[in-house]
Parts: sequence; C-alpha cells; structure tokens
Amino acid sequence: MARDWSSATGHEIHDALHHGTATASDITQSFLRRIEAVDGKVRAYVDIWKDHALKQAENVDSRLKRGQTIGPLAGVPFAIKDVLCTKHGHTTCCSRILKGYRSPFDATVIERLEQAGVVFLGKVNMDEFAMGSSTENSSVQVTRNPWDLKCVPGGSSGGSAAAVVADECVASLGSDTGGSIRQPAALCGCVGMKPTYGRVSRYGLVAFASSLDQIGPFTKDVEDLALVMNVISGRDERDSTSADIPVPNYSQALRDDISDITVGLPKEYYTDALNPEMRQKIESAVKILEARGAKVIEVSLPHTEYAIAVYYIICTAEASANLARFDGVRYGYRAPKVADVQEMYAKTKTDGYGREVQRRILLGTYVLSSGYYDAYYLKAQKVRALIRKDFEEAFQKCNVIATPTSPTPAFEIGAKTADPLEMYLSDIYTISVNLAGIPGLSVPCGLTQSGLPSGLQLLGKPFDEATLMRVAYAYEKNRGFDIGKPPLT
Amino acid sequence: MTKITKADVEYVAALAQLSLDEVTKERLVGELSDILSYMDKLNELDTRDIEPMMHVLPMTNVYRDDVVGPSLDRETALMNAPKTDGEYFLVPRILDIE
Amino acid sequence: MQYEAIIGLEVHVELNTQSKVFCRCSTKFDAPPNTNVCPVCLGMPGVLPVLNRAVVESAVAVGLALNCTVSSWSKLDRKNYFYPDLAKNYQISQYDLPLCRHGSLEIEVNGQSKRIGITRAHIEEDTARNVHDIGGGESGVDFNRSGVPLLEIVSEPELRSAQEAYAYLLQLKQILQYLNVSDCNMEEGSLRAEANVSVRPVGSTKFGTKTEVKNIASFSFTQRAIDYEIKRQIQTLEEGGTVRQETRGWDDRSGTTVSQRSKESAHDYRYFPEPDLVPIAMDETWVKRIREALPELPQAKRARFIEQYRLSAYDAGVLTSSKAMADYFESVLKAGAAAKPAANWIMGDLQALLTAAKTEIESCSITPNHLSEMIRLIEDGTISGKIAKHLLVDMFQTGKAPKALVEEKGLVQISDISWLEQVAREVIVANPGPVSDYRAGKEKTFGFLVGQVMKASKGKANPKLVNDILKQQLAK
Ligand SMILES: [Mg+2]
Ligand SMILES: [Zn+2]
Repeated sequence: MARDWSSATGHEIHDALHHGTATASDITQSFLRRIEAVDGKVRAYVDIWKDHALKQAENVDSRLKRGQTIGPLAGVPFAIKDVLCTKHGHTTCCSRILKGYRSPFDATVIERLEQAGVVFLGKVNMDEFAMGSSTENSSVQVTRNPWDLKCVPGGSSGGSAAAVVADECVASLGSDTGGSIRQPAALCGCVGMKPTYGRVSRYGLVAFASSLDQIGPFTKDVEDLALVMNVISGRDERDSTSADIPVPNYSQALRDDISDITVGLPKEYYTDALNPEMRQKIESAVKILEARGAKVIEVSLPHTEYAIAVYYIICTAEASANLARFDGVRYGYRAPKVADVQEMYAKTKTDGYGREVQRRILLGTYVLSSGYYDAYYLKAQKVRALIRKDFEEAFQKCNVIATPTSPTPAFEIGAKTADPLEMYLSDIYTISVNLAGIPGLSVPCGLTQSGLPSGLQLLGKPFDEATLMRVAYAYEKNRGFDIGKPPLT
Repeated sequence: MTKITKADVEYVAALAQLSLDEVTKERLVGELSDILSYMDKLNELDTRDIEPMMHVLPMTNVYRDDVVGPSLDRETALMNAPKTDGEYFLVPRILDIE
Repeated sequence: MQYEAIIGLEVHVELNTQSKVFCRCSTKFDAPPNTNVCPVCLGMPGVLPVLNRAVVESAVAVGLALNCTVSSWSKLDRKNYFYPDLAKNYQISQYDLPLCRHGSLEIEVNGQSKRIGITRAHIEEDTARNVHDIGGGESGVDFNRSGVPLLEIVSEPELRSAQEAYAYLLQLKQILQYLNVSDCNMEEGSLRAEANVSVRPVGSTKFGTKTEVKNIASFSFTQRAIDYEIKRQIQTLEEGGTVRQETRGWDDRSGTTVSQRSKESAHDYRYFPEPDLVPIAMDETWVKRIREALPELPQAKRARFIEQYRLSAYDAGVLTSSKAMADYFESVLKAGAAAKPAANWIMGDLQALLTAAKTEIESCSITPNHLSEMIRLIEDGTISGKIAKHLLVDMFQTGKAPKALVEEKGLVQISDISWLEQVAREVIVANPGPVSDYRAGKEKTFGFLVGQVMKASKGKANPKLVNDILKQQLAK
C-alpha cells in the first residue's frame, strides 16, 4: 500500500514532488481514499471530482517527467466552497434554486490556482448562499465538526474548514462576508484568512453581500496560507473593486521575528460574553507573542456593539438585490406548472430558497423599502464609517489586533437554529472586520477541555496581510503545542 | 415589541416575489420584529455629521476600454435555461405590459 | 374654459459604443437572438460589471452640449424590480448623483425660440427584449440588448404643446447626432421617448394629475400621441371627470392612447449604491478634454452660416439639420463654389435625388469637389443651368466628374453667335404666324420661338444668347 499523504501540508507535498519521492497521482489517490474513508462521517463534500482531479495530477506528473519545474502549489489537492464558479461540475451555493447549475466560466481564483497546477478534488458544503454560521443552512447536508461529530463546523464555509481538518484536502477556498472563513477555521482548528477587501478578485464568487464578500484560503499552517495567498492575490480587471496594489511575496514575509510588532487588545472584545475558557486561551496566546518580543497594549474599538446591527442591515440589503436574479428564467430551478411570470417568480423563489435565505431577503427588502431606507440602510452606512474609523485610530497605535475568533467553541447541531438573532450574535468578533474591509486571520490556539478547537484572530491594516501572516507564523512556531488530529477513525 | 405587522411582511414579500403561507407570515412577524428592534440600537448614535460609507476602499474611476470581446455561443448561453426553443429563453405569459 | 398642457419628456438614448456598458459584448443591432451575450449581461451568478469608459465620456459630452453641470462626483445605483427582460432583476442606473444635471435645450416653434430645462442626464443599462407570444402563450427573451448603454435624459415639465415636444425631440436628436453618440433611430428603438402629460386651466399654478405616455415608436407619433392625450384629458375634465394617474400606451392603429394595467405593487425600486462599481470622479482636466473635443453644435453652426455665408435663416437651418449636410456644404465651398448656388443645389436637386434614392448625404456619390466643379461650369457658361440639372443626375448615378461627363456626352453649351443667328433666322422664316403675333404685341409667343431655337440646338444653346439674338432679329 502506498504511503498516505493526506495529513501532509502543501509545502511538504511540494518537497516530495520536487525530490521525486512521490507523484502527484499517488498523492491525489491518497486524498481520494481518505475522502472515501471519512467523508461519510464529516460530510464535507457535495461533489467529488475524482476523474478531473486525477487528470490534473497526471498533468503535473508529466511536467515533472519532462523535467519541467513546477510551482509550489502544483499537485497540491484543494477543495472549493460551492459558492465559487467552476466550469467543471456544478456550482450550486448548496441551494435548491441552483441545483444542477453549470457555470460557463471559472472564477478568477480558480483560474489562478489551476495555472499554478493545483489539483481540485471537488466542491464542499456551505450554508445556502453563504448565509449562516453553522453550515446547517445547506440544502444538501449538514457538515460535522471533525473533532466532535455532534457539533457544527461553523459556517458558512463549514465544508471548507472540515475538509482541511479531516485531511480530506490540503487546503481549501472559502468566502468570508462576516466571518465565514475565520469562524469555521477556529471551530474546526485550522488556519483561515479573510484578505483585505479588494485584495482577491471576487469575479466568480456568487455574491452574497458585495461590499463585504472576500475569498480566502483554509490551510493546515501559515506557511501554506502564504503560498495560496501568493497565487490568488492581486488586481483582476474583471473586478472593479479589486485593488491595483502590489502583492508582496508572502512566503518571504514569514519570519520568526516580531520584536517590532505592537499587538492591540480591544477592550470591548474582552467582555462577559466571552466564554472564560476561550478568554484564557487567547490570553496565553498573547503571552507567547509577548515572549517573542511583541509589545502588547490595550486599544479601543468603541463602536463594536453596533457592528452586528450594521452588518445585518447592509448584508441583507445587498443580498436582497444579489439574489433577485434567481428567478427561473435563464438558469436554475423553475417551479413547474405556472400560469404566468408572476407565479413563476413566486413559486420558484419560495420553493427554491431555504428559510434563512428567505428571512434575509425579506429583511434586506424591508430596510431598503420606501420610508425605511434612511432609518436603516443609510444609518447603517454612517455607523459603518464610524466602525472603520475605530480601526484606523486603533492602528495608529498598533500593527495588529488580537481577539478571539468566536466567543464560544463549536456548538451542537440544532442548538441555535430556533433563534436567528442568537445565531447572528455569535458573529460578534468577526463582523466588524468585514465592515472595515481589513484583513483578518484565525490560527488555532489550543483545544478546550471538551476537546474542541479555539482560534486566535489577528487583524491587520488594509493590505498588510504580510504582517498578519508573520505574527501568526511566529505564534504557530512558538505556541509549544500541536492540536493534533481529530479522532476520526 | 412588535416592530412590523403582517401587512408589512406581505408588502416586502410581494416586492421580493415570495409567496408566504399564513404560518410563515406569523413566524416572520416575530422574527423580523426581534431583529429590527435589535437594530434600533443604532439610534443611540448621533450620525448627523457622518458621511455614509458606500465603499470601503477609496477607489474611483475604474474603467475598461470600449473594445468588443468574445461572447458566449448561443448553445452555452442557453445551456442552463429551464425552457428554451434553441433561440430564446422561454417564459410563461407576462401579465403586465411594460 | 381655456386649458394649458404641461409636458415633460423622458428620453432613453442608446449610445453607439462598440461594446456594452458593463461587458465586452458587441452592441450591434439585429444579431441573431442571444448571440451577443456573455455571463455578465445574462446576469449569471458570480459576475461583476466593469464600466466602459466611452459610455462615461459620451454621457459627459451630451451633458456639456445640453449646458448641464457635470457632477464631479457621481456613482451608480441599483434599481430593483422584477421583469423577465431584466437579467439581474435590478438595473444598474443612477439615482441621486446623476452624471449631468441642470441643463437646457433651445427649441424653436413658429419662429419663437424657447429654452427648455433639462433636469438630468444619467447612464444606465438597457434591458433585454421580450418577444411576446412566441407560441403557446409563452414569451421569448433575447438578451442581445441587455447591457447596451443608455443615456436617460429628463426634461423639466416646461413644454406646453405637442408641437414643442416634437421640436424638443428633433433638436435633441440633432445634437446627439452631431456628437455622434447615438443613431437616434426611433424605429429601431435607439431613441425612446416617454411623455408626462397633464393639463390645467390657464392661469392656474397647480399641476394637474399627469399620465405617462409610452410606446411612442417614431418621431411622427410623438406629436399625435401627445396631442391626443391633451385632448383626452381636457375632455375628461370638461365632462366633469378626473384624470387618473396611470401609464398609457400610444396605439397608432386607433390613433389613441390606451390605459396599460399598472403593476400590482407600487413602484418601490429600493435604490441603493451599486457596491460592485466604484464612484466616477470627474476632474476638471477630464471635463476640459471632453469639452475641447466637442464639435460645433447645430445652433452655433447655424448662426455662423448666417453670418459668414450670408444665408437666410431658413437655408442655414436646413443646411445644419445634420452635421453631415453642413460638412458637405462647407466642403463644396472650400472647393471654390459660392455659397448661394451651392446652398441651392444641395437643398434642391441634390436633396431630391438623395430622398428618391433613400440615401444620406454621407454616402452621396457626388463629391463636394464635383458639385463645386459643376457650379463653375455653369458660371463660366460651359453648360446651362438646365443642362446642369440633367448632368447632376448623371453624376449621381455614375459618380463621374462633371467635366468628363460634359465631354463624354457633348453637353457643352453652344455660344457660337453666327450659328445661333443662322438658326434664329430659320425659325423666324418657318413660323410666320407666331412671329406676326409677337410683333402685334402678343409677347407670349416669344417663349415659343425661343423653344424652337433650343430644340434645334438639342437644348445646348446658351439661353441668354438665344434671347438676345431673337429679340434683335424680331425687332428688325
Ligand atoms: Mg431609466
Ligand atoms: Zn455581455
């Protein structure tokens, strides 16, 4: 039996391919076997691209055979959140309304990774249209937290996080509108990053909330994170909001030296809402940074308590327009036996969307509707400006901000589904970051007593992903423990 | 506190082209009221002199040149259509004449 | 009671850029259904718009030509409503910060000029085209037009008659064509007008209830549709009724406006700023560059023609009715012709030929040089004006130079006095009756005698010489 590569990182795989100790095909086979073995429990994948993956792996192998050099991600198996458009397979956002939909184009990030020789293993689960914090809103299945199958993996990119942690891929792509990468990364125990708004092209990301959405990676360590960010970052002429700002080599930025760094701790984040065990984890993580020479100070983000209200006004308003296009005319589901266009819209949308999506569309429609725009939408835009200003001022005093990623570890499936507002409130630490457009990453900072992962969230200045990754790298190298692997088999 | 009424729910449902049954409407009156009441928190802030933030990035003037590029072939364009005659997307009768 | 009409026009103009406003599909009219389409203009999941710079520049050019203030800061917004011709079920348009505002357009009706205010001009995307009743009660949707750039130009409600509205539209069309930003073809839908019409008793300052008249598919319909609607509203009021606020469509077959069922839900478009596009910042340098590239506009050109070429207001108006016509005229002058004969030939015979052949002056086979050369041939007496009329037809049909045709066909005018005297004598001898009538004072027969000389010369005789010679000989 060939060696099992499924627990390897991207840079380990690159070394193996480079030195000829493995072929991309062997590695891909290894992951396909792993998926076969554990995905019945984890339920991360909604579509497995076996033949496609093996073909991509063969391409890498034949390049190697011809003596050609390969990039650092060539032959590295990835999973893709089903919110990203891919020519191969289906793109459904885990919604009934897009069941069977085939995109005629690849998202820019997919194109770039394909160029880099990545092997795509398939599409992974998510909350329908990325609306949720637990992946329970998928129309396909409920993904489990690999550490405790009774618990949620977080969301909305729950499938992407679970697949990485369960060794069903090396890295994956997700999208983050209000924490949808960082929160599942924290709850499942891997590295996840939301880049600065404008750093990564959104072309081919099915829009949830256009002014907040960003695509980002999930990886097993910070070194891999830098490798993925090197490939997917940078201006794309198909996305008007993608910034024309040079992309540094993130791998070169990873140094175990943070003596020039000042870490800010926002006092508004360390309140009673924070689970004591989580607080203790963050405090010890900060101590490690301090021990490595970082200066730690208190900062203030005074408008934190308004972030959730602002966020749910803006994201639902934008979503109500973004999701209008799913109407049964050009693609997707169309309700059968409808007499006229109006009936087609109503039945298609009502049958096609799940409960949470309908709720958010209605909320978004309400806050934009005549007579309410100023009170809700405009007000939210103004408070959003205040929230960004908070960060600008805090970053006058520090280079990075350290916070918990989530106030609690993973919760049990079904625990919060009855109360949407309670679910919304669990996004407290991640949401402001999207409102301010700044980068944020989550890196594992230990297991709770009940054996569930926790995450340290690091926030940075706009387009300063390099510093964020350096601090995360220094932490990872010096945290003195390895959270290990979930007991899946 | 009831922030919105059943009539409000019906109004926005009509705008959003959703047809809701009575039970769902009742449920939504409660849920949306809770959420909207929570949002009233924003009224604590005086924002009279604040410029609303439309874009998080200070970017302006992003354009493309007026150059024709490739279009999809029709087969691909219609590939996902629920109903087509090979030329047009077909939709049921349109009641309102715009 | 005396009523006055209050009319505002909302005009949608398709800009003639090569590619669409937010994607690179062609804007070509008449392509087979759903062939000029891509994921962006089909509103597929995951796509993003990127604004075509030429659309912004055309819109600003129009704004400047309409004396608008160009906004230094402008943005695009989403206008939300559901319709099968709307790919995303929202239209990218402009709401509270349109690109151009507060302009005006000068119209002339019955020799009176009047300034009509322009409220705003903004950019937006066109919708797809629905083909109704394709069979089985279903409709077909063709997305070729989806995303074609539109400029929406809204006037103040300052028009007071259908005639003024018509003049406004024509004047607007003329400016847009001068700027070469649109084909302005109402039949093909590249210019679409909607009129907001209300009436009120003269002297009243309150506005009456307005109706929106749509489906005006040609310039000639405009006047009829608005006229009808004004009369209908007055009649409704006179009979003690009230005008309902509604949308009415012009039905050309019945010559009436017909009520169109309004949508169930009120228009609540839920505009909000388009997050996928960044603001348009128009700095002075950019505006200046566009302003400097503007052509001379119809009004200025007309004034200059009157001043510089001593043309009548009427002639100057006709010659500047299109930029192509004006350019042609000036090219003829540049080639040496005098203004008055050039104007006469272009507005008269040449225009008639163009109209008969259904072509435009842009594609006229007679070059300005040739026309100028022909005018010179008349002036130096080589050909008569009468011959020139025939020559022009030949020039139009063959595209050949007038001199070459004159030689080829032997059209040179006969000015040989001794030969003409000989012919005149023969005519006098052959027509004793008319000659004695003439001598008895019946001047009319003179024309007949001239005709006989011309006939003998196969029309080539110099008519002035024939006149002189005949008069001389008859006086003997
Ligand atoms: Mg419009
Ligand atoms: Zn297109």
